[in-house]
Amino acid sequence: MQAQEIEIKGIKNGILIELKDGEWEDQKDALLSHIDDNLAFFKSARIVLDVGDRSLKSPDLSGLRNTLSDRDVKLKAVLSTSLVTERASQDLGLEIKLDESSPEPEKSSINSMLDGDEAIFLHRTLRSGHKVKYQGHIVVLGDVNPGAELIAGGNIIIWGRLRGVAHAGAGGDTSAVVCSLDLSPTQLRISDKISVSPPRKGKPHPEIAFLEDGQVTARDWAAGK
Amino acid sequence: MSAKVITITSGKGGVGKTTATANIGAALATMGQRVACIDADIGLRNLDVVLGLENRIVYDLVDAVEGRCRLSQAMIKDKHIPDLYLIPSAQTRDKTAVSPSDMIRICDELRPDLDWVIVDSPAGIERGFKNAIAPADEVIVITNPEVSAVRDADRIIGIVEAEEKGTPKLLINRLNPEMVKQNNMLSADDVVDLLAIHLLGIVPEDKAVLISTNQGTPITLDNKSLAGQAYQNIARRLMGEEIPLLDLDKGSGFFNRISSVFGSGD
Ligand SMILES: Nc1ncnc2c1ncn2[C@@H]1O[C@H](COP(=O)(O)OP(=O)(O)OP(=O)(O)O)[C@@H](O)[C@H]1O
Ligand SMILES: [Mg+2]
Repeated sequence: MQAQEIEIKGIKNGILIELKDGEWEDQKDALLSHIDDNLAFFKSARIVLDVGDRSLKSPDLSGLRNTLSDRDVKLKAVLSTSLVTERASQDLGLEIKLDESSPEPEKSSINSMLDGDEAIFLHRTLRSGHKVKYQGHIVVLGDVNPGAELIAGGNIIIWGRLRGVAHAGAGGDTSAVVCSLDLSPTQLRISDKISVSPPRKGKPHPEIAFLEDGQVTARDWAAGK
Repeated sequence: MSAKVITITSGKGGVGKTTATANIGAALATMGQRVACIDADIGLRNLDVVLGLENRIVYDLVDAVEGRCRLSQAMIKDKHIPDLYLIPSAQTRDKTAVSPSDMIRICDELRPDLDWVIVDSPAGIERGFKNAIAPADEVIVITNPEVSAVRDADRIIGIVEAEEKGTPKLLINRLNPEMVKQNNMLSADDVVDLLAIHLLGIVPEDKAVLISTNQGTPITLDNKSLAGQAYQNIARRLMGEEIPLLDLDKGSGFFNRISSVFGSGD
């Protein structure tokens, strides 16, 4: 019954799914249960999701992308008439247009493959109240302000200042690192270890934080080491 | 000509939005511009008090929205400055009486006959804030140089950006150069450094603000007051003039650095 609310079309490079009106959570659940009922059909599929005029934020979309990828379904693009959704999609490296002519749609994506892990790239200031959660690595070009929070399954690289909260290796990876041009976090977590950085003395400089003997340790970044 | 709609908002309450709305509106009107100030803080009406127009209110914003009067009937003419109007908010209603699309409609109705519409927003991120920013062409975020206010300003800037209203401009209010010098207050530099948006102006802490508020005469009409001059400068910057930031602390060169960073100085 739920599945009737979903419209599915084959397109050149994958499957186009149109969500009907209604609560995002309900429609998302309907979609997932439809996929679960037809796992063989959806296996390794690349889907383009049309969410209509819904205003979705990055965490909504990244949550869906993660759940889909658990089912071996790749979320390739999100189509929407909402600018908010388009922006969130772009932040996550998702396409926002049906580009049927392009033979290599992956090219315009900002996802990068790092040793088989995925990363998201955020080119902006992350402000108080922003929360980015991603199973792969997180790369930020900009500042992470107090009150903002980054949670990554992998590493966190910030080309800017880290003054909010960063949690690398959130799934338990003890080899995860956090690097920043100015490492002054409110709180830093690696795997399940938590630390609070002492106030900085002197000029900010690039640092890398990692776990050493079960302790969060920060070290000056020196090229070539 | 079509008016530009500017919404003045903040994360934390009490940082000076209403004072700024009244003064920026008054300063623009003294420059010959046609200005309407809208009090969008429904249920907590006070822009009328700051402008000294409380006793002239017959109809308010909610009356206009709900069609009990024509919009022009809810526009109160200022007693000092020609071409300055106030649309007061309702005292007795809550913010659900007005929707974002009502605000857009009201502002669109005002645009043809005015140069500026300045909307005084309630603090925070609830419905009243959404109403206030819906019609905005430009948003000004006010903060005091204080850690918690700056943190809330940062949050609001993020939300304004997410609402596709562009990056807001910053107004730092109640800066006290003495306290900054003694390291007891964040400097304007510190604030701008964190928020990383364009600084429209700095208004110093000034006891005369409170006095003028109580008298219902905008401080910007007082040329001797530093805060009043700061508001005049902000109005001129909105008009596109390049005015350096006021030297609040002569001799130290303290503000010179910021003015050069933002290109509004020499
Ligand atoms: N530059 C200043 N110097 C001294 N006092 C000021 C200054 N600016 C504002 N004030 C005072 O701060 C108080 C709060 O100002 P105002 O009502 O404008 O803030 P607001 O942001 O509109 O508050 P609310 O969030 O409650 O709407 C008032 O008493 C006002 O006189
Ligand atoms: Mg107010």
